[in-house]
Amino acid sequence: MSSSPVTSRIHGPLLIAAAVFLVVVMPAMNALGWVDHFTLNLWGKYLCYGIMAVAIDLLWGYTGLLCLGQALFFSLGGYMMGMHLMLMIGKLGAYKSDLPDFMVFLGHTSLPAFWKPFYSFPFALAMVFIVPGLLALVFGYLAFRSRIKGVYFSILTQALTYGAALLFFRNDLLMGGNNGFTDFRTMLGANLRDPNTQRILYICTALLLVGTVAGCRWLTRSRFGLIQRAIRDSENRVLFSGYATANFKLFIFVISAMIAAAAGALYVPQVGIINPSEMTPDKSLEAVVWVALGGRGTLAGPVIGAISINALKSWATRAYPDLWLIILGGSFVLVVMFMPKGIIGLPAQISGIITRLRRRRQATSPETTPPAASTEP
Amino acid sequence: MSQKPFLLAAEGLNKAFDGYKAINDLSFYLDEGELRTVIGPNGAGKTTFLDLITGRTQPDQGTLVWDDGKHDLLKLNEYEIYRLGIGRKFQTPTVYTDHTVMENLILSLAGPRSIWHSLFGKLTSDQSDRIAEILGTIKLTPHAHRKAGTLAHGQKQWLEIGMLLAQEARLLLVDEPAAGMTDEETHRTGELLLSLAGKHTIVVIEHDMTFVRQISQGRKVTVLHQGHVLCEGPVDKVQNDERVIEVYLGRKSKAA
Repeated sequence: MSSSPVTSRIHGPLLIAAAVFLVVVMPAMNALGWVDHFTLNLWGKYLCYGIMAVAIDLLWGYTGLLCLGQALFFSLGGYMMGMHLMLMIGKLGAYKSDLPDFMVFLGHTSLPAFWKPFYSFPFALAMVFIVPGLLALVFGYLAFRSRIKGVYFSILTQALTYGAALLFFRNDLLMGGNNGFTDFRTMLGANLRDPNTQRILYICTALLLVGTVAGCRWLTRSRFGLIQRAIRDSENRVLFSGYATANFKLFIFVISAMIAAAAGALYVPQVGIINPSEMTPDKSLEAVVWVALGGRGTLAGPVIGAISINALKSWATRAYPDLWLIILGGSFVLVVMFMPKGIIGLPAQISGIITRLRRRRQATSPETTPPAASTEP
Repeated sequence: MSQKPFLLAAEGLNKAFDGYKAINDLSFYLDEGELRTVIGPNGAGKTTFLDLITGRTQPDQGTLVWDDGKHDLLKLNEYEIYRLGIGRKFQTPTVYTDHTVMENLILSLAGPRSIWHSLFGKLTSDQSDRIAEILGTIKLTPHAHRKAGTLAHGQKQWLEIGMLLAQEARLLLVDEPAAGMTDEETHRTGELLLSLAGKHTIVVIEHDMTFVRQISQGRKVTVLHQGHVLCEGPVDKVQNDERVIEVYLGRKSKAA
């Protein structure tokens, strides 16, 4: 209802067309050889980031909770999947041992107990959701019960992801230290270096993205969505309308963490590596920039932001490696100053400018207005 | 706990902010079905008193019990107090500006407040009828789908009263409903409150003496001064009380 009638009329069909393109057209073109494997793989990565961006916007744009640690949940999801993939390497590793290479290197002779269940794919998949979800539940419970809000919440989430990164950098955590996990071979028996496997992973990612956007669309249009936005705009009023806002915030925080984690779990087998640098605060900040650039408080905006910024990054880090951060910072400043609604708000912004110009031209044309009335309204 | 059969009973309340005594040994008793007006000069503690009742602020001392002493309000938080049937209209209109008028009322409707219900609960036809009725009462039917932020000041005040009605509160705490309204709007607001008297228990905080006279109509008026009840009684008696003239009305008439 907020967007102009023209944009809302084309929104639905446009979203469906985009979904069909990502889920069907892209992989079909890849299978036919029109899109090379490298590009499809790159897009798989972008879409994972897109899912994380939606998760951030669910908190920031819709609930007013700016989480600066979302990449932590993304990485944890990736690590949980990575543990399974590490065990699937088996004796194919550099040390020809059943243990992951980094454990052999550190002098371990047997698999730590907490690694053993990760031989099971269903267990690893469950942990992808349970571990980040539980962390979000405990952290969110403590933060929201103490009524930590605004910038304090943001700083705490940043501290949380920084602390986790420091922890994961340590070798004695037995999670691969600063090298993390890499050199994956198979997933569910399929060779990860086979383009067909990668294409299936890409399709899974595109489906997860479409499912996430569809699910969030439903969520934000339910009464829950009304309450979410009410909390964003006036949390006190919501409390005085009888809603336990802390529970609502906790619910959305956990959901958002699990969405990001699912994206991370698909990211790892496609990118082939996960290490603690993915948890450092700058990764989360970068993801917040995607959301801001794409358009906060919308569902397509964060996806557009994540894809376009990362495509720009892929190009710029090759063409102008020294300038990338300046390009990123500069485009952020430009968008904040001139495009408050982000890329997604651009069509409405341009049509607004056109109507204003047209009105001004009508106002200044001699036969319609007396000369004195042609000043600004 | 109080043994008196009051809907709301406050005894010996004290609240200081950095040494400033906003509420000073305040005792206040309210019967079910009353329409009580509370007046007092700026800084008399009127809004702080509402903050104490609704759980926004905790008192340093005193008791505050609800429904014949059945509930200790000091042990409950904002939303638990709301769920007992205590609704509040804030001094500055506090509506959800980015939501439509209709959505504001939907969020305020009496009913379950669980996450589950917010996800899967549907608006019943009774509730839709109720919303239509409230929209009529607060004269916002033509504006149902406008964003509340675009309403005129007086309309926002009414919307917030409408949100209290949607809540089906037993006690309506109405903080300066006429603030910033034209004389005609003020009068209509008074009529609206009078039409609700009896169905709900209402506490109105107000500055405007014309408005107070309109709605009190011989009912009890409480005068607060420096966080303490200065006197209580019908508006004529209160206006002729020497202490009241000295601290409040005298100053007010000089200013007018």
